[in-house]
Amino acid sequence: MATVLADKTQVADSVVVRFAGDSGDGMQLTGGQFTLSTALSGNDLATFPDFPAEIRAPQGTLFGVSAFQINFGSTEITTAGDQPDVLVAMNPAGLKMNVGALKTGGLIIADSGEFTTRNLDKAKYAANPLEDGSLAKWTLLAFDISALTLEAVKPFGLGNKEALRCKNMWTLGLALWMFDRDRQPLIDWLKGKFAKNPVLADANIAALNAGHAYGETAEIGGQVRQQHIPPVASEPGLYRTITGAEAISLGLVAGAQLSGLKMFFGGYPITPASAILHYLAKLKEFGVTTFQAEDEIAAIASAIGASYAGQLGVTSSSGPGIALKGEAMGLAIMTELPLVIVNSQRGGPSTGLPTKTEQSDLYQAVYGRNGDAPMPVIAAASPGDAFECAIEACRLAVQFMTPVMLLTDGYIANAAEPWKVPDPATFTPFPVSFLDAANGEGGKILPYKRDANGVRPWIKPGTPGLMHRIGGIEKAIDTGDLDYAPATHAAQTEARKAKIDGIAAHIPPQAVSQGSAGAKLAVVGWGSTYGPIHQAVKRARARGLDVAHIHIRHIWPMPANLGDLLKGYGKILVPEMNTGQLKTVLRDQFLVDAKPLNKVSGQPFTIAEIEAAIEGALA
Amino acid sequence: MNDMTPVAKLTIKDWESDQEVRWCPGCGDYAILKAVQRTLVDLGSDPAKTMFVSGIGCSSRFPYYMASYGFHTIHGRAPAVATGIKLANPELDIWLVTGDGDGLSIGGNHTMHLLRRNLNCQIMLFNNEIYGLTKGQYSPTSRQGTQSPSTPLGSVDRPASPCAFALGAGARFVARGFDVSKNLPEVLKAAHAHQGAAFVEIFQNCIVYNKDVFEDFAAPKGAEDRQLWLKNGEPMVFAKGTKGIALDHATLRLKVVDVVAKDDGTPDHQAAGVITHDVTNRSVAHMLVELEFGPFPMALGVIYDDPKPTYEGEVLAQDEVARTGKNTDLARLLAKGQTWTVSPQDQGPLSGV
Repeated sequence: MATVLADKTQVADSVVVRFAGDSGDGMQLTGGQFTLSTALSGNDLATFPDFPAEIRAPQGTLFGVSAFQINFGSTEITTAGDQPDVLVAMNPAGLKMNVGALKTGGLIIADSGEFTTRNLDKAKYAANPLEDGSLAKWTLLAFDISALTLEAVKPFGLGNKEALRCKNMWTLGLALWMFDRDRQPLIDWLKGKFAKNPVLADANIAALNAGHAYGETAEIGGQVRQQHIPPVASEPGLYRTITGAEAISLGLVAGAQLSGLKMFFGGYPITPASAILHYLAKLKEFGVTTFQAEDEIAAIASAIGASYAGQLGVTSSSGPGIALKGEAMGLAIMTELPLVIVNSQRGGPSTGLPTKTEQSDLYQAVYGRNGDAPMPVIAAASPGDAFECAIEACRLAVQFMTPVMLLTDGYIANAAEPWKVPDPATFTPFPVSFLDAANGEGGKILPYKRDANGVRPWIKPGTPGLMHRIGGIEKAIDTGDLDYAPATHAAQTEARKAKIDGIAAHIPPQAVSQGSAGAKLAVVGWGSTYGPIHQAVKRARARGLDVAHIHIRHIWPMPANLGDLLKGYGKILVPEMNTGQLKTVLRDQFLVDAKPLNKVSGQPFTIAEIEAAIEGALA
Repeated sequence: MNDMTPVAKLTIKDWESDQEVRWCPGCGDYAILKAVQRTLVDLGSDPAKTMFVSGIGCSSRFPYYMASYGFHTIHGRAPAVATGIKLANPELDIWLVTGDGDGLSIGGNHTMHLLRRNLNCQIMLFNNEIYGLTKGQYSPTSRQGTQSPSTPLGSVDRPASPCAFALGAGARFVARGFDVSKNLPEVLKAAHAHQGAAFVEIFQNCIVYNKDVFEDFAAPKGAEDRQLWLKNGEPMVFAKGTKGIALDHATLRLKVVDVVAKDDGTPDHQAAGVITHDVTNRSVAHMLVELEFGPFPMALGVIYDDPKPTYEGEVLAQDEVARTGKNTDLARLLAKGQTWTVSPQDQGPLSGV
């Protein structure tokens, strides 16, 4: 990666910029808008929003720091970048919490107007770092953004507080200049956002323009050059940016359409899963009913009720809420009703790290219920991949009359990436049929009569002549009548297991995403570690190391060829943002010597961390 | 609760499923089962459009014994499952079966929210003041001092009043009956006629763990003196019309008054100040559900009935408005927002892989 300061170099492959400031400074909004303008200029990109759990943490404090990192370039980008090239620090706390990550020689842009004694105290700085030489290994550019913003918006007569709110737009203007970005989409967006308050729109636009002009009029001197990052070469087609939460919502809508069903979504507010509820609540015209339930249990129970009544029931949550839904998942397994459960994982246990990412619910997804309660589990690798995974979850749920868990995480849910808009005409429909006449001899209704795949019929209540009773209690073969005879329970437990195991024959075989089968080392990942693993393996292979990347989407049941595939590698390395959950499952399922690489800091892996582990494994 | 197409006249037999009933011999549940089947016959309900949803407990086995659709769910969650069913298919006539433990303890939260939302269904809460299926522990409606396996020295906590809870949660229909009462089908029919969540507390005799706990008012002998059957538009009288319920204006509390005959021999309710029952009077409903048995008779029948728009009606109407005139092309949705096009001439060598 070229740094912004690379002497006389005006074109870079990719750049990592991190905006950091107070949670009230509008950093996520600044980052989001910078992302949009970056996407529109044709760069590939990946982002990482990192914000505190508190909505408005006390101003200026270290724990109130909110950051947004974007990696963009003219080459393929799959992670938000290891080390930023540029850090925009809106206050001392933002500097302190983020400067350690900045690349040596990287650029710090700091708002000196915020480096007051009071704010320095809050950030626990004994001396002003802008003045004491402690930032010598980086390039420092400090100027009073606060004052410059106040000056720029003076004509609009805003109060001091409101005027200072425009600081993020001033900073964004400077950033747009630095990377040769078009301001117009931002101006249009501001006009729309403040349509009811044109003065605020004009003030923000003035701040944006002032920041841009500040760069242009070279007041910065020779320290920073304007960079042009050429568009990435990507497949022809129509593109948009998409976050994981949007992709899942759209995938669920597509899945419901492909099955020919209406969707019922039962949810309860929880970070970082709520975005899916918000998004779907606006899509009612697509046959979606959303229900904000009184708690997580009611959210899943209502979705089960809707599935029973013939709609596609969906519920969504994060770790703590998923734990509460456990008993109801068992009900869906026992009554064999379709259901999609989306788990946007976050750091745990208990409340854990609500706004930070982790992959530590794999055990919970695969094993976390009472009784022998098998259920398919699918994991999305990126925001765009989440779209396909959501469709796949819907397909398995309705084709196999089973709840399905779709795993995503806080990183995927919030991160954005360019997404090639798919053509729905290319999707394969999986229409559902309901039983409409008695299926047993002599007109008997057999709600639990299984087909060749072990799947029972779906019977909508209200259908004349098919009245029957179902429940969470053990049931007789075929009739579903209450029956807890030993042989019945043994047979039904086996039948439920066989049905889920059998799904392995109806999912794609495991592919190798990079490198060859039988290489010296396989790096096996799942979920949002895709980006850093991909880049690390790519770099290692470029250096001639014999390493492959396998990324598992179907966590349960696993693809039928996976065991043989893994056994062909010399070594297996499993990077995970947990203490080794997939590693344990792989060892259990295939008796392979999978070695863990774990990170549980609430932050995604860096490429370098995985690269180092690859080198270590092959040393 | 829904208008149903009349089907060929069914009998009680037609509402019995082929399942063997597994309650203890002599359990009050048998009488309730018969009363419900009688009610459905009288209503001319269609078994295919009738749905029983239950939680866990003795009462929650109820759906298995009805020849309709039935869903025996998990402990306390029947209201939530029913909400999903009703929103997915508002045509179904939903009867929720729950108990004092299922509906007020583990599932109290869901009962509250179902009532608050006013989902169109009948909620039958079988109150036997005990956990039967788990072998006799005290329940949230058990009287203070109830000795049970979990409270050998007697329970300490004060009991919840189901009907007071329901009113507090915003219920628009609250009624009471008891298992062997001949009036129970009439109460259930009134619940069915109510558009919205209709809450019916049914006192039920658990002959194994809490035998005859309601005998003081439910026993046939002397029943007239201990049961106040409420009828809309009629004076609140009991004891063969010789006693009535009136308001003490000084304390704003209810009191029992003697009803004396006028010269023509008819009872003079006005002179005694006997209240005429108005099912839409929420304030009086609050007083009736709080009446202390002993000094007062047990208030039974329809205590409160004042419908408001149903939850599923309003939700689906809102959905309908949101859907009207909207483009439902998936391709258009996927391409929503700011997009850009990469044309073939933009395409350089692809990096990676």
